[in-house]
Amino acid sequence: MKRRLQNITNRSIPFAVILVLLLLWQLVSAAGLVPEFMLPSPVDVVLAFGEDVTLLMEHAKVTLTEAFLGLLWGILFAFGAAVLMDRFPKVYQGMYPLIVLTQTVPTIAIAPLLVLWMGYEMLPKITLIVITTFFPITVGLLDGFRSADKDAMDLFRAMGASKFQIFRYMKLPGSLSHFFAGLRVSAAYSIVGAVIAEWLGGYYGLGVYMVRVKKSYAFDKMFAVIFLISIISLILMKLVDLLQRAVMPWERLKEEKT
Amino acid sequence: MILRAEHLSHRYETEYVIEDVSLYLKQEEIVSLLGVSGVGKTTLFHVLSGLVNPTEGHIWLKEEEITGQAGHISYMLQKDMLLPYFTILDNIAMPKKLKGASKKEARAEAEGLLEEFGLKGCGSQYPAQLSGGMRQRAALLRTYLFAKEVALLDEPFSALDAITKSEMHSWYRKVMERIRLSTIFITHDIDEAILLSDRIYIMAGKPGRIRAELSVNAPKTRTSDYALTGEFLEYKKKILELLKHPC
Repeated sequence: MKRRLQNITNRSIPFAVILVLLLLWQLVSAAGLVPEFMLPSPVDVVLAFGEDVTLLMEHAKVTLTEAFLGLLWGILFAFGAAVLMDRFPKVYQGMYPLIVLTQTVPTIAIAPLLVLWMGYEMLPKITLIVITTFFPITVGLLDGFRSADKDAMDLFRAMGASKFQIFRYMKLPGSLSHFFAGLRVSAAYSIVGAVIAEWLGGYYGLGVYMVRVKKSYAFDKMFAVIFLISIISLILMKLVDLLQRAVMPWERLKEEKT
Repeated sequence: MILRAEHLSHRYETEYVIEDVSLYLKQEEIVSLLGVSGVGKTTLFHVLSGLVNPTEGHIWLKEEEITGQAGHISYMLQKDMLLPYFTILDNIAMPKKLKGASKKEARAEAEGLLEEFGLKGCGSQYPAQLSGGMRQRAALLRTYLFAKEVALLDEPFSALDAITKSEMHSWYRKVMERIRLSTIFITHDIDEAILLSDRIYIMAGKPGRIRAELSVNAPKTRTSDYALTGEFLEYKKKILELLKHPC
């Protein structure tokens, strides 16, 4: 019981910090220390959000669709690449540096190029998200495949297991926790990636909305959309957690035991 | 005679790890392989189980030569090697699935043996929920389901605490009376070797060779009390001598 209570207090600490910060912010704005058009108060932000809520939701729908499709393709490509690299060392040697290289290219620089090549619709956005989410998932899966216990693999081989069976029963389920770690990062990346791509060229989406409100100096709306993006990212990460708990029940049991 | 190995030698690169090892195993016999760490016991098991092709020598299972072929002899290690993401039942059913049985068949066969191995009611639990002793039981059942003729056990009980270990010994003897699995097991515990086996091979030297063979002529159904008898101590003394002066 005591432990439970402690758990609740531990969890409420970050909320308390955020609440205090918001309060401070509100006070600063109310006292007029910073001009209102530069830094709108939290209350103004909430009001701005309320004013534009339908519009924001429509744009969010587009952004989420792009993020989802990008993430989906990112996972598919990552899975294919990780399997090939795990199975064929030559592929690993050839592809790995290339994959690392894609991570060094600044997103902000390739996004306009993608828009030029692929137009203002969804395709360049999805491509950008695939490029950004591909890496953490591939590396996660690859680490997972390689973390398979050598002795356990020997045992499986002694039992006559084929390469595919070792993959199916050992490497694949064994890589799930690594996969989810990569997915959690990628889920957040996917939203940011979508917004950046929209910002640099598009008709719909939260990024487009951002450009518009920026151009009209509606800072309250700017903050509203920033908060919305953060909240969406947090929800997505939470969803990944929930998915992980559902897919990996044994992890939960380990926690309960200790 | 169910398993026979003749003149097995194995080297990694230029260094021989085991040299000229010959041994045999009779039907339903429990034989232990005793020796200090690094003497090549595990390499010998790798060779016997077919994971490693020996540099020289041959192995027969019954009349069939199985040198360098995996999949005939089952193998159990000190670590239980149960996969954490499968339930106990699915872990145990694994060898059947690897051999191509359907999930349902494999589970049905495994389920039927849970009680015999003292694992009743544990089937739907995950390995992390069981104690070390229970996990080793599951690992032995998995070994048994893989091949019911010959099993190689590589220090199966050495990771357990003394009390659990002694419990496991009596459990093991009881199970063996019923399933009659012909077994070779590796140990560096002299007491365990005397308590559990019908015959003991003593391995020593570098490269490892079999230096001595000793029959334990005690009743098959001996309990842990046997360790308190003079006869037991005689055996222990003899083994200690052999280990000290292997030639």
